[in-house]
Amino acid sequence: MWQKRLLALLVLIVGAGIGWFVYSSQIGAWRPFQLGVDLVGGTELTYTTDVSKLAPADIKDALDVLREIIGHRVNPFGVAESKVDIERGGVFGQGDYRLRVILPHVTDVQEAKKKIGATPLLEFRLVKPGFENKLTDENGLPNPEAFEETGLSGRTLLHAQVGFDQFSKPMVLLDFNSEGQALYTKLLNEKMDRLLATFLDGSIIEIATINPDHERATGGGGGQISGGGITPQSAKALATNLNLGALPVPIQLINTRTIGSAYGEQALHSGVMAGLWGLAAVAMFMILWYRLPGFLAAVALLLYTIVVLALFKLISVNLTAAGIAALILSIGMAVDANILIFERTKEELRAGKSISDAIHDGFSRAWPSIRDSNISSIITATILFYFGGTDLIKGFALVFGLGVLVSMLTAISVSRTFLLALGINAKTGFSRALFGSGITKL
Amino acid sequence: MIIVRHRNIFFGITGVLIVLSIAAFFFYGLHLGVDFTGGTSIDVHYSVARPSQAVLSESLATIGIHDASLYEIGDNGYVMESGTLSDGTQTLLPSALSVGGEFPSTIENPRNILPSLGAELRTKALVALGLVLLCILLFIAFAFRKVSEPVSSWIYGLIALVTLLHDVIIPIGFYAVLGHFTFAAIDTLFVTAILTVLGFSIHDTIVVFDRVRENLRVNHERNRKEDFAETAGRSLNQTFVRSINTSLTVLATLLVLFFIGPASTRDFALTLLVGIIAGTYSSIFLATPLLVSFEKWRRNK
Repeated sequence: MWQKRLLALLVLIVGAGIGWFVYSSQIGAWRPFQLGVDLVGGTELTYTTDVSKLAPADIKDALDVLREIIGHRVNPFGVAESKVDIERGGVFGQGDYRLRVILPHVTDVQEAKKKIGATPLLEFRLVKPGFENKLTDENGLPNPEAFEETGLSGRTLLHAQVGFDQFSKPMVLLDFNSEGQALYTKLLNEKMDRLLATFLDGSIIEIATINPDHERATGGGGGQISGGGITPQSAKALATNLNLGALPVPIQLINTRTIGSAYGEQALHSGVMAGLWGLAAVAMFMILWYRLPGFLAAVALLLYTIVVLALFKLISVNLTAAGIAALILSIGMAVDANILIFERTKEELRAGKSISDAIHDGFSRAWPSIRDSNISSIITATILFYFGGTDLIKGFALVFGLGVLVSMLTAISVSRTFLLALGINAKTGFSRALFGSGITKL
Repeated sequence: MIIVRHRNIFFGITGVLIVLSIAAFFFYGLHLGVDFTGGTSIDVHYSVARPSQAVLSESLATIGIHDASLYEIGDNGYVMESGTLSDGTQTLLPSALSVGGEFPSTIENPRNILPSLGAELRTKALVALGLVLLCILLFIAFAFRKVSEPVSSWIYGLIALVTLLHDVIIPIGFYAVLGHFTFAAIDTLFVTAILTVLGFSIHDTIVVFDRVRENLRVNHERNRKEDFAETAGRSLNQTFVRSINTSLTVLATLLVLFFIGPASTRDFALTLLVGIIAGTYSSIFLATPLLVSFEKWRRNK
């Protein structure tokens, strides 16, 4: 007997310990819950990527680099909760690759776009003969007909650095990689005296004549960006952005969603309140209907909630409104196993068994239905998690599946430990009444 | 057992409910939300003060925008998400947003919300649904393989799917009616709610079937001859209280979620309430009675 009681005490102590972990890690903020954008507010940006110019074998590497660069851009210190994901569209994942950037707390879309879209797009184009005086249209924009591609771009860039010309004017010196070098040498050999225009983000920033002077000025086999508007500061910023920036694949914004933080806070607050009241309502019902076992089930339910919350922290579940709803729902469903067991125990009691035999048999008889019904729930949760598609369904399925697993553990082992630890075995009317339920007499 | 004996009455009630739900679905249809159709998102900035959400929603409804989600941003702004706006509505939008000039406002930063997610999500959800149904059928056929007499375990599985269909059709019909009167649009949460109902329905049906399974086995072991209708009725009697009590606890949490939960999950809680009630009803009044009817039909054939 004392062993059973010791075990029950141990369960309570461990439960209290986990509860302390959940509480202190939240208050002390050393391991807070990871809350979704819909609860804290923020912005979600989705980009399509253009991988058509890459060999299939290189796509994965290029996308990894892309994710790293964007991650560095939105999250320079690596501490914020920003998330950068690459995922594949299409029903069976055969569609285009998408880059998804989630920025919690950022509700200024322009600011968010700027953080990501700071990519300087660098291109070098040759001016077609005869267009030397028609470089721009009437609006001052580059005339698309006047230029031809050279293949030289940010993609063929090895390194950019700040330099100064002989008049101490700042400029950005560009080192091309071997592919870029070859292209540049070809230009020198074949396009002597033609005009070469440097485009940054679609506008012309410099035009130079291709000749040996140009080669010398750029340190032999490189390019340069100079011109009137460049200051030492902007030269430095440009060089940094070019070094970090040259994205391996072009990206295009296709989707933006913003959720205000006030809205999120309100959703979070009401979600937490609903969770507390839901827990209280279920506990109340169990105690009123199932009396002593009901009370123990309520304690087991509390332990269930604590364990699930601790799991959310330990495996960093991203909690959304749907996840909280799933948690609250799972509190209602978690007691199902207890209800099954108590109803069976009651039947065994009615058949004239002693209380401890009735508890034993009640548990073992209820087990097959608990097992099979929970397996079906786990099947559903697993399929939704892997095939559900969106984060919302995935988050819901994860919480639901975890809830079912943990509830099987707590409803069966924890409430069983408690019940047996009580060691009530008297055949008095009072102790049997404690195990009765509802309004019926045993 | 009264439910088994008068099962045709309950089949009748079920039939009427299903016909009504399907009719509601076809007459009213479902309003597809931004998640499905894609749409537009804009920032609205108010130069003095912003109107309350209720005032703004009402003002938007007068120009025919019923499905807008409004999120507060900054001290004096909203983000508005809505379905794609017609040119006519777009012209009326600035005055509706400033509530007839009462709250001077500027519209900034209009952007598209990805519509292709909608088509994709729909297909993905359907694929997931098909997979769930298939796996559940296989699982039940497997779990009940030892009680294939007098009714094959595949029939248990099929009937579980029939009750499931019932449990899913009714909240969909309900939502069609709700959408007709309140412009509630279906979103990813609605899909999640339907998928949850599905999980609950199966869970509940299996518990009842498990009792039939156990009683059949005990009869077999004790060599007791009992009419299948008798066994089924007895099983139903034994699981009745549990079915009701489990549903009550789930309904209690859903009611709490509905009344004090986040506004964003209110329609979700309502859909689930209807689905869980339908699920409890069907596992008591539909699943086992169908088993009995099938067994009788097979015997008389």
